[in-house]
Amino acid sequence: MKFGVVVFPGSNCDQDCVHVLKDVVHQPVTPLWHQDSSLRGVDAVVLPGGFSYGDYLRTGAIANISPIMASIGKFARDGGLVLGICNGFQILLESGLLPGAMLRNVGLRFICKFVHLRVERTDTPFTNRFQKGQIVRMPIAHNEGRYVADPKVLPVASAQAVFRYCDDDGRLTDAGNPNGSTEWIAGLTNQQGNVMGMMPHPERASETELGSADGRLIFESMLQAHAYA
Amino acid sequence: MKANVYITLKPGLLDAQGKTVKSALETLGFKGVADVRMGKYVEIQLAGGKAPETKKRVEQMCRKLLANPVIETYRIEVK
Amino acid sequence: MPSATLSRSRLTRRAPKPPSHGRAPTESSNGHSPAKTDIALLKKIAASHNLTPELYQEIVKLLGRQPTLTEVGIFGVMYSEHCSYCSSKPYLKQFPTKGKRVLVSAGEENAGLVDIGDGLAVAFKIESHNHPSAVEPHAGAATGVGGIIRDIFTMGARPIALLDSLRFGPLTDARSRFLLHGVVKGIADYGNAVGVPTVGGEVQFDASYQDNPLVNVMCIGLVKAKEIARAAAKGIGNPVIYVGSSTGRDGLGGASFASRELTDESEADRPAVQIGDPFAEKCLIEATLEALDTGDVVGIQDMGAAGLTCSTCETAARGNVGVEIDILKVPRRETGMTPYEVMLSESQERMLLIVKKGREAAIIKLFAKWGLSAVTIGRVTPDGKMRVKEGEKTVAEIPARALADNAPVFNRPVKRPSYLAKAQKLSLKSVPVPKDLNQTLLQLLASPTIADKSSIFEQYDHMVQTNTAVLPGRGDAAVLRIKGTNRWLAAATDGTGRYGYLDPAEGGRLAVAEAARNVACVGAVPLAVTDCLNFGSPQDPEVMWQFKESVKGISEACRAFNTPVTGGNVSFYNEGPRAAIDPTPVIGVIGLIDGPAPVSSAFQAEGDAIILLGETREELGGSEYLSLIHHRKAGRPPRVDLAKERALHELLPLLAREAILRSAHDCSDGGLAVALAECCIINPERRLGVRVDAQAVAKIRPDALLFGESAGRVVISCEPRHIGRVRDLAARHGLSVTVLGRAGGSRFTLAPWIDLHVDDVNAAWRSGLPAALQTGPE
Repeated sequence: MKFGVVVFPGSNCDQDCVHVLKDVVHQPVTPLWHQDSSLRGVDAVVLPGGFSYGDYLRTGAIANISPIMASIGKFARDGGLVLGICNGFQILLESGLLPGAMLRNVGLRFICKFVHLRVERTDTPFTNRFQKGQIVRMPIAHNEGRYVADPKVLPVASAQAVFRYCDDDGRLTDAGNPNGSTEWIAGLTNQQGNVMGMMPHPERASETELGSADGRLIFESMLQAHAYA
Repeated sequence: MKANVYITLKPGLLDAQGKTVKSALETLGFKGVADVRMGKYVEIQLAGGKAPETKKRVEQMCRKLLANPVIETYRIEVK
Repeated sequence: MPSATLSRSRLTRRAPKPPSHGRAPTESSNGHSPAKTDIALLKKIAASHNLTPELYQEIVKLLGRQPTLTEVGIFGVMYSEHCSYCSSKPYLKQFPTKGKRVLVSAGEENAGLVDIGDGLAVAFKIESHNHPSAVEPHAGAATGVGGIIRDIFTMGARPIALLDSLRFGPLTDARSRFLLHGVVKGIADYGNAVGVPTVGGEVQFDASYQDNPLVNVMCIGLVKAKEIARAAAKGIGNPVIYVGSSTGRDGLGGASFASRELTDESEADRPAVQIGDPFAEKCLIEATLEALDTGDVVGIQDMGAAGLTCSTCETAARGNVGVEIDILKVPRRETGMTPYEVMLSESQERMLLIVKKGREAAIIKLFAKWGLSAVTIGRVTPDGKMRVKEGEKTVAEIPARALADNAPVFNRPVKRPSYLAKAQKLSLKSVPVPKDLNQTLLQLLASPTIADKSSIFEQYDHMVQTNTAVLPGRGDAAVLRIKGTNRWLAAATDGTGRYGYLDPAEGGRLAVAEAARNVACVGAVPLAVTDCLNFGSPQDPEVMWQFKESVKGISEACRAFNTPVTGGNVSFYNEGPRAAIDPTPVIGVIGLIDGPAPVSSAFQAEGDAIILLGETREELGGSEYLSLIHHRKAGRPPRVDLAKERALHELLPLLAREAILRSAHDCSDGGLAVALAECCIINPERRLGVRVDAQAVAKIRPDALLFGESAGRVVISCEPRHIGRVRDLAARHGLSVTVLGRAGGSRFTLAPWIDLHVDDVNAAWRSGLPAALQTGPE
């Protein structure tokens, strides 16, 4: 299964995604430069984390108007798999491919630490290898991770939630919500289920020697979905 | 022509920064601060043009890039 | 010559304002004699650039004429303390700088470079940004990070980690809270955006730094040994290309400023502080590394302190060539800039490249791809001169080597400080043993210098690049895996202010010893050192004596450990209106783990044996305990036995390789009790108590036993069945072993003096820093 990892000026985690896809999950990977329109025949697109355009104006706002986003929009509408991680999630929100928006963490500080997530849905191409209700560990590292959505949109968004922040017992508590996200939403898909955005970094949790391999299941789910497509 | 754009968070959205600044002002002894909301201020210098057209163009800029309609509203002044 | 690398600070304020371009005395060096009044004015300007009348005359002799205004500015900045190390060079010669792994000597390039096998080399260096951070903490710290990162990738190395070593006054002071908050946010905002993880460091609080915070940042980079880039201009006729952000009036004379003390006037300097652009820097990293990959770049240097001036004359000097540039070609951010301003500007995120003739267009296109401007501004010449033109007119023409290599050296007077004899006296009879040692321990654990620093390092992205094998706070050193090999890189920074005040030579030895010991604790062999020497004014003979002694101590330790000094930074003039700071050398050590997984600090399992390596003596001088509980800074610092420290560097990696070492944590601030407490609570997922018969450790007074800071001690844990092997190996290395007890249970007991629930120990340690910051703004 061929993966494409998009690179914007300011992307920091593209090489990390390439490393996991190539050296851990052993799949062909190609970088996709933001100025190109071609997706090079990839089966899935990954929008990595980082600070595209320095997060200037709004996080993800300027990356959203890159030529490649038009191609990704079409790819997504045609059912292609798109995974947005952290800044990638923010870009997908700006593009409208996912509902809602991100605000600054409620604590007004950048937070980098491992968090617990509860798996809400396993009927997506990104989470079919998890168990429903499973508690996993992945790290977050962001300034703007507080998910919000218009009250009219929120019920739909919440139903599409794939991961929620939780405490180590799987409960949705204030202490377990690192950034004040509405309804503890850490990641969600679009209605079709082929586009997912998540704030935690699965590529940083794909090898036990780095503290957790739970994130690897997301990439393996994508492989599974592709194999059975 | 010069356009000033004021971008603020939609009312109803928790403004954590604004809340913090309000507390800080109160700590400094300023009484009667009812509310503080933080926003962005953008100054755009445009070559030539007349006010009504400029305003239309800047509105397009806001819709396409400068403001996120999900969470922000904006106000434009043109000189 | 082993001068600490020609390093630079980012700016701070404008130099005394030079006359405007139109009325400048002599701009052209085309042989016209300036009028008498012009010469007088020139000399005055020279003086305001800290060029003595003698130096001015030497310049006249060197040039064979009066200098132009631009030339005065150039000499002023290149000969400033900050750029030329005029006061420190004579002493820095003592550093051992050679070693079989050292690929470039200190001073040859922008950073140190050490071979780590597998065809790879590590570039690393530590630098200070103290003065700018005191004036504007956020921008000062941010641009400090930007600057040290550039020193690394200018060598062709991808920056893979940052460590920050910070010192502030006590947090009871609002200004200290403001500075801490600003500095941490500055480091976070820049480091996170640029995608380099901040993986370790230290934060200390002491009254000594009240008016002079210390912000030292270390950067580490990885490069293939065959692909190291050089900072020398070569190839007559090769184009010289300026890349990156445009030039503004930022930091004019910043290097000169860092060479003068902070006074109350410095507050007014705030508007001149530069704002770094981490987005531009990230693009610069990618574009530069890509450009170096093409093979078309012959030489490269970043523009740091003294900006275009420094990079031009240094690359020319190193290549034994000349470089001619036309400042009209330099991209500007402001209008009406004079040649003086263009040459001395310290605008951030700019590099100077010397490129193979004919390859300019390709290189320019590469940088444009990343949204960066790249302009050919000059060429390499054969005449050894730095020639600055403004279109047709020559505004400066100086032999490059005179600027870069032949800066004057001052032999400053030294005098043993008058405070020293009295300060070194400490009669333990005058130090009462506290009645409630439980309380004393909790107080120490909660004190900001010792307390948990999670609230700080959680603001740093410490995981980006997926190499962080030991998270901040979990190990005695930061550990990064090296992808594609079976090795890990370890790094630690340590500094010893109070020890240095009481005995600068011992303080220097102890700083190196502590940093190297920390690296050994994770199972790494210490390889090399970078130093950041933070001192008061070199014009004060007592400070110069402290400097001399510190350098002597550092040199001795580096020789004993076979860890050459590969480069670093000297920061003088850390003095406020009240006093100079304690002499604070900050030492960065890198080490290599070959094979086994890194070792962290916390106890791993119930029933594990707890062992103390090393001897505990009745030493309380200069300790955190003496300072915090008894409010005294007196005595002599702990005695360091360099041979025994070296033995630890061999024993610990050996125990790690035999898979015996379950944890290792050295004793430092707060002594044995604090070290044991940390081993119990550092891992939030597993808190383990411990029961120790403390009296068996040594026959000394209880507070010295619990909180004394004797050097060369490490607390390790292992399975009980390995105790014999540990004893055996330790004996062979000449190190003493004391079996303290077993890990387990929920009580923290150091009988007969300490008995606490492990949760209380944890609560004190975790709440210390947030509690101290509570009264401050977020």
